[in-house]
Amino acid sequence: MFDARPQHNEYLRHRARQFRQQVERRLDGSLTEEEFRPLRLMNGVYLQLHAYMLRVAIPYGTISPDQMRTLALLAEKWDKGYGHWTTRQNIQFNWPKLVDIPDMLDALADVGLHAIQTSGNTIRNVTTDAFAGAAADEIADPRPYAELLRQWSTDHAEFQFLPRKFKIAVSGGEKDRAVVAAHDIGLRLVRNGKGEPGFQVWIGGGLGRTPLLGQVVREFLPEADLLPYVEAIIAAYNLSGRRDNKYKARIKITVAERGLDTMRDEIEAEFLRRREAFTGVDQDLLAALKSLYAPPAFRNEADGDYQDRRAAHPAFRSWTDTNLSAHKTPGYASVTVTFKAPGQTPGDASAAQMRLLADLSERYGHGDLRISHDQNVVLPHVHKSDLFALYRELQAAGLATANAGLISDIVACPGMDYCTLATARSIPIAQEIAAHFRARGMEDEIGRFNIRISGCINACGHHHLGHIGILGLDRAGVENYQITLGGDGYDIPAIGQRAGAGFPAEEVVPAIDRVVNAYLELRETPEERFIDTYRRLGAAPFKAALYPADA
Amino acid sequence: MSKGFTPSPATPGVITANDLRMGHCVWMRDGGWTADPREAELFEDEAIAELALLAAVGQSHLVVGPYLVEARRGPDGSPQPAHFREAFRRRGPSNYFHGKQAELSPSEVEASHV
Repeated sequence: MFDARPQHNEYLRHRARQFRQQVERRLDGSLTEEEFRPLRLMNGVYLQLHAYMLRVAIPYGTISPDQMRTLALLAEKWDKGYGHWTTRQNIQFNWPKLVDIPDMLDALADVGLHAIQTSGNTIRNVTTDAFAGAAADEIADPRPYAELLRQWSTDHAEFQFLPRKFKIAVSGGEKDRAVVAAHDIGLRLVRNGKGEPGFQVWIGGGLGRTPLLGQVVREFLPEADLLPYVEAIIAAYNLSGRRDNKYKARIKITVAERGLDTMRDEIEAEFLRRREAFTGVDQDLLAALKSLYAPPAFRNEADGDYQDRRAAHPAFRSWTDTNLSAHKTPGYASVTVTFKAPGQTPGDASAAQMRLLADLSERYGHGDLRISHDQNVVLPHVHKSDLFALYRELQAAGLATANAGLISDIVACPGMDYCTLATARSIPIAQEIAAHFRARGMEDEIGRFNIRISGCINACGHHHLGHIGILGLDRAGVENYQITLGGDGYDIPAIGQRAGAGFPAEEVVPAIDRVVNAYLELRETPEERFIDTYRRLGAAPFKAALYPADA
Repeated sequence: MSKGFTPSPATPGVITANDLRMGHCVWMRDGGWTADPREAELFEDEAIAELALLAAVGQSHLVVGPYLVEARRGPDGSPQPAHFREAFRRRGPSNYFHGKQAELSPSEVEASHV
């Protein structure tokens, strides 16, 4: 199997050399664009609205300080000084020149990073919980399994030409933080009656133009059967997934059209055959990966002046209230660094910010960094006695916005400011909504509130999963925004429902404002979130707020 | 989007693409390519536009994905975008001062927005 860890990257250099030759052949006319396009896509190179775009995989969002510094180097040397965290724990560079991309891939290979399978009808970057290995509610660390899946799926000869792209998520917590229900395959770590680890296996979830939640195809899959079972699912899909219509080619449609029971029968039959071929090499590797992801040497010491600092500094207290998550080790917390400061493009990080995070993770965070699927960065292991010092350094760099999970922590795809597929812009809408609620000074009062924006029906902004989702469309040559209500990607997976007719760009902020005001009037307690009120009362009061003329 | 539309004197078009090596937007003029949208050639005749598009497709060693798209003739005769997507392509992104707006005289590119 392929191993892309930093110590074994000759293969990545080989692939970068191969791509360099392909670029040369495209430029000298030996390859047409039709011939070259699939080759560049296999290396994560897209052509966008204003420039090429390079999408680099950050495997399950886990990145080392040196890898982060290399991303900073790419941003500075070959881009315009920044990169964009995506909703699938990847990073995109928006301005590379085709002639520079081979050099970028070489630099990535030096630290074990690459752009392989970040495009095309293959198994894409495996995603997981940004708090893996740290979360207090964790059943088991999902990263060894995610890495096993990555090594197995990278360049897997059988799965290079699937009917459509294929996304796998692994979640390790009691609470799902990897949105398993919205993936082609979702794996939830569970324990059986005997306390043995295994997976609840979901298939057939996905967003895009036909949003569907996945279904459980196997209640308990023993840990040792992970690869043969996942291989059986994808082998079954590879044969029965449609290839006549790309809009009906994802496994969600295969499951919906053929039925879960039919798919399960085929998968289980295939699984019995496949399991024979697995001789235990995968289990040896899994054991090695578990030791690779052993917890760091946590300090066993007091919180220091943490509580005193909280008492003395309201802004620090506010940040600790919103941006910390419970850690499994006493004395520790996980820190979310949001890339959602007022006026900022959601998920954009400058080279200087990347370098600072690399340094801070080494100084305060056991050298561990994660990219979260809501376009933020997590330092999973910070001792509470270091939080104030960390906060001060983040604050000096404009990275201490106390808004994780709040209404201004908006997820947005690049939209028509960059993407060729987009039908409208996302970024300005996100900026305007965040600025509006910041100006009203109501973020804390509104509480946990999830807004997600996509600039087209392909739903990279996961708008269906937002408590409020916004979808940008082109209506007769004008940008128009459709609003969905009641989506949830965290607690109880739910696809948001379309509220009614869309709004022109300038009416989006007032419309969202009316929904928020209605919620503030209707909630029974300040702890009741918008999504809770929505579930209690249904869509009617919020539709009435959106469309007052109809009420 | 007006891909595949038919140009006429009332609804002229431009031929546009991305530069192969660098990726930026380019427009056809006199059988070649310019990075300045203000210099784009306006096509008003269907047959001439069709021939020009064929020529553009034949220049795949220079550009990627050429297409004919509707445009407007401005009061001074200059080509103007007919759709917001084309307006964004000739200006650059709205979140940063990057792209064409940074490379060309911004006031002139900005003034041409629909």
